[in-house]
Amino acid sequence: MADVPESDEEEPETDGGVRAYTVRLELVDEPGELLRALEPISANGGNLLSIHHERGNITPRGHIPVEVDLESPPERFDGIVDALRDAGINVIQAGAEHYGEELSVVLVGDLVETDLSETLSRIEDEADAVVKDLSLAAPEGTNATASARLRLAIDSGRAERVFEAIRAVGTDKELTVVEPLVGGEA
Amino acid sequence: MRLAIVGAGDVGRSVADLAGEYGHEVVAIADSSGAAVDADGIDVERALERKAGGESVGTADPATLFETDYDVLVEATPTTLGDAEPGFTHVERALETDHHVVLANKGPVAERYEELRALEADSAGSIRFEATVGGAIPVLSTIEDCTPQAVTAARGVLNGTANFILTRMAAEGLDYEHVLAEAQDLGVAEADPTFDVDGTDAALKFVILANVLADGGFSLEDATVEGIQDIPGSALELAAEDGRTIRLIGEASREGVRVGPRLVPENGALAVTGTRNIVQLETKHAGSLHNSGRGAGGPETATAVLSDVGRLPSLEE
Repeated sequence: MADVPESDEEEPETDGGVRAYTVRLELVDEPGELLRALEPISANGGNLLSIHHERGNITPRGHIPVEVDLESPPERFDGIVDALRDAGINVIQAGAEHYGEELSVVLVGDLVETDLSETLSRIEDEADAVVKDLSLAAPEGTNATASARLRLAIDSGRAERVFEAIRAVGTDKELTVVEPLVGGEA
Repeated sequence: MRLAIVGAGDVGRSVADLAGEYGHEVVAIADSSGAAVDADGIDVERALERKAGGESVGTADPATLFETDYDVLVEATPTTLGDAEPGFTHVERALETDHHVVLANKGPVAERYEELRALEADSAGSIRFEATVGGAIPVLSTIEDCTPQAVTAARGVLNGTANFILTRMAAEGLDYEHVLAEAQDLGVAEADPTFDVDGTDAALKFVILANVLADGGFSLEDATVEGIQDIPGSALELAAEDGRTIRLIGEASREGVRVGPRLVPENGALAVTGTRNIVQLETKHAGSLHNSGRGAGGPETATAVLSDVGRLPSLEE
């Protein structure tokens, strides 16, 4: 009885080693979605403290923001966030960053020829942004040079990474990317 | 001060023309094939008349310019990239013989900044180059007044030709080719507008700004540069629907240099119209400063050269 089994030492230290965290999620407005979001937290060693479900407050992306307070050992927190993301849950803040900015970019080139809808999907995936709005101008027909203005919802503080990703898509598809000038009192 | 002007293009000729008004004397002016040199002051009017008539400014060998007694070399030969010759050698020659140098030529300052500063350190003369950034607009002297350490970044519009083209495209709903042809007719764009529209000219100026902020370390190849040739009228229309417009914007900081077409608020400070230029300095303690004005032109740029001459310390021991 005095001997602690070897295997116990590999268990994460929880006693006295827990910290409180706030995680902000964005949920699709569907039944069962909240439960689905909470499951990965408890399954990965997190202890739920409170849940603030802001049904009346729709995000720029048309989703419902949920704020979850939990406690967990610091070394397990990243695992919880990863598990949420693996379950397809939108984690908008797990630390310093959260969705909150909108940006416009203009793309120029053979937009139709280079598959505009695929371009948009790639921007959403690779830049981790949401296309909120699209305006297309193709004065010479869809087979010639066209311009598109995209309004994007992105994480605050991530603008530079978003632009890098959009630039990479632009380079691949030979599109000119006109970025907004960020910073300073323009 | 006694000025020796090398280069007799728009800027060199205007410097010669206005020097007297600023209290200076022109003792030599040279173009690529000849020179007018006189230690007691050349006949500026005569030299400019010869040039206007298609001749060289004078009959002397251009090399004799360096042999006369002068205080300040005004380097106003055309900007060249890479080794920045022959401008760099002119500057080297003047500094090695303990003369001041004022540059209107961007090449040596953008491409060989550290070498220029090293030559200056070994010389009794100093170098100044206000005219290389933003023509008549006091940009470098503003940074100098703020002290470069207190300026974190510079951004803005430093090519009037590209700005004119984008302004006209937005205002008239015309396409690039059409407006470029118009700009050439008006003399706003040169017959070969490549460096203006592909961003090279603006990039050289922002490289110079980055060199001043970081005390060297940049040349044109360190800059990320995009031009405006691929911007159609439709892109400007879409931008306008959103209260924005597109400008060829440069950015310089201690981290790097970037020039390209960017979306800016239509009524914002940086959306200057026509050939106007603007520079926004981001300061540590005082927010943004904006300097705007004419960024090119002979007399405009000459005023920057002559202001620099006025800022030079006396060479008398």
